Order: sequence, then C-alpha cells, then structure tokens
Amino acid sequence: MLHITTLHYLVLGAALLLLGVIGVLTRRNVVVVLMSIELILNAVNLNLVAFSHYWQGMPVHLGGGSLALHGQVFAIFVITDAAAEAAVGLGILIAFFRNKETVNIDEVHLLKW
Amino acid sequence: MAVDTAFNMAPVATPFFFYMLSGIMLIGGILVITRKNPVHSALALITVLLAQAGIYLMLYAPFVAGVQIILYAGGIMVLFLFVIMLVNIDRAAKEKTFNSQWLVGSVAAIALGGLFVAVYIKGNNIFPEHVMPGVADDSNTQNVATLLYGQYMFAFEIASLLLLVAIIGAVVMAKKRI
Repeated sequence: MLHITTLHYLVLGAALLLLGVIGVLTRRNVVVVLMSIELILNAVNLNLVAFSHYWQGMPVHLGGGSLALHGQVFAIFVITDAAAEAAVGLGILIAFFRNKETVNIDEVHLLKW
Repeated sequence: MAVDTAFNMAPVATPFFFYMLSGIMLIGGILVITRKNPVHSALALITVLLAQAGIYLMLYAPFVAGVQIILYAGGIMVLFLFVIMLVNIDRAAKEKTFNSQWLVGSVAAIALGGLFVAVYIKGNNIFPEHVMPGVADDSNTQNVATLLYGQYMFAFEIASLLLLVAIIGAVVMAKKRI
C-alpha cells in the first residue's frame, strides 16, 4: 500500500490480459471479440511501459538511465499494430456481415470441414 | 527554476491514484466483456483506455499517454463505433451474449490465471522494491523520437509498410466490388 512497485503494474496487466482472454473465448459478437483483443494488447502495453520505467531506474552503465525508453518505443509499435489489426479485422467483419447478415462468431465456419 | 522544481517534485498520493485508475480499468474491462450491447462495450473500453493513459502518466511516459488518447481512444474506438453502427442489427440484441463454448473458454482462462498466480508466488521477490524511481525527465518525447529515428529506424519503416498494407487490406475487404 505504501509504495507502488513494478509488480503492482504487472499484476494489473495480468488481470487485464485475463479479462481479454475471457472475452475472446466466450463472446459471440465479433466486434466484442475484437475489442477484447484490444484489451489484451493494452495489457501488454502496460507491461512494456512499466518495465521501461523500471529499467530507467537501473544504473546507466547497465543500460539504464533516463534514455532507456525501449519499452515505450515498443509500446508505440504495439499501438501501431493494434491500429492495423483493427482496420483489417473490421474490414473482414464488414465483408462477412455482407455475406451472412450476422456478426455471430459461431457462424464463421466457412473454412471448417 | 520553477520548471525544475515542477519536474523534480515527488508525485502526490501515488497509491491512491494507482488504485483508483486500476479499479476503473478492471471494472471497465469487466463491463467490456459482459455487456450485451456492443456500443456499451465500446464505451467501457474507451474508459479503460483513458484510465490507462493516466497510468502511463504515472509511469513517466507522457508521450505514450498522448498517443494512447489520440490514437486509441480517438481513432481506433471511433472506427469500432462506426462499424458497430454499420453492422448492428436488432436480431443480435435478442441472441445470447456468450457462445456455445463459454464454459470451456472460462476454464481455460482460469487455468491461465492460475499460471499467473503461480508465477507471482514463485517470482515474488525478483524485482527489488526500492528500484521504482521518480525519473524526472522533461524531454521524454525527444528521447523517444531519438530512439525511434535512430536505433529503431528499420522497425519504424516496417511499421509504416504494415500500415500501408493494412490500409489497402481494409479497403479491399470492405469494398463490395473491386
């Protein structure tokens, strides 16, 4: 309670990732499944930024210091990937909806034998 | 030097803000995966993203926080809301919220949670408690840009290529007839 350490942020990220996994595995609506994927990506981002902050506290000769922002740079890359994934996923969803008139993920079985 | 004192000032009530923001995030996440109406889910997800931007600020990452708000809450979620408006049908609201394998999915997710708890118990003291500095750096954006355009130049270019592919892919997917 007194100090917020890196572990606090990691536990929060793990909880968010679990919520996202539950959403991906149990929801029927494709849009909500995509939103749960966004939750997962955000949990990863939280871990990356928390580790970046942790690493900034390390000594400079070990690669730390205020210039050690690799985690934040990776978080930006993850956000870029999330944008690309959302655009393509929603495009696929619109194409699917045009064909089948539904957004139910149980009916997405065109590739299933 | 008023600026220096402002940046070197110790953060106020860090535990309070951390627990408040993480509570908002967890409640919002639960709402995202339980609401029947996808619009409500999207609004809850926006709340989660904004609270996470606050967490980024607490971690001394103002640039990532800004990107989070502008790109995620402002860009991606608007895209989601547009698509919800495009594909939302009344029939979906009357159907079940969860799919046929919700039990198996929940069990798998809980198993993953058990794995996390085990890792937490095993690695409880990996991170020394005292290394959580208040890194006072007023040039965070500049340092991030130096890394992005220096060491991560190639990855940056690949990311731009990925965005180009995503644009073309989204247009091709959503277009009725090429």
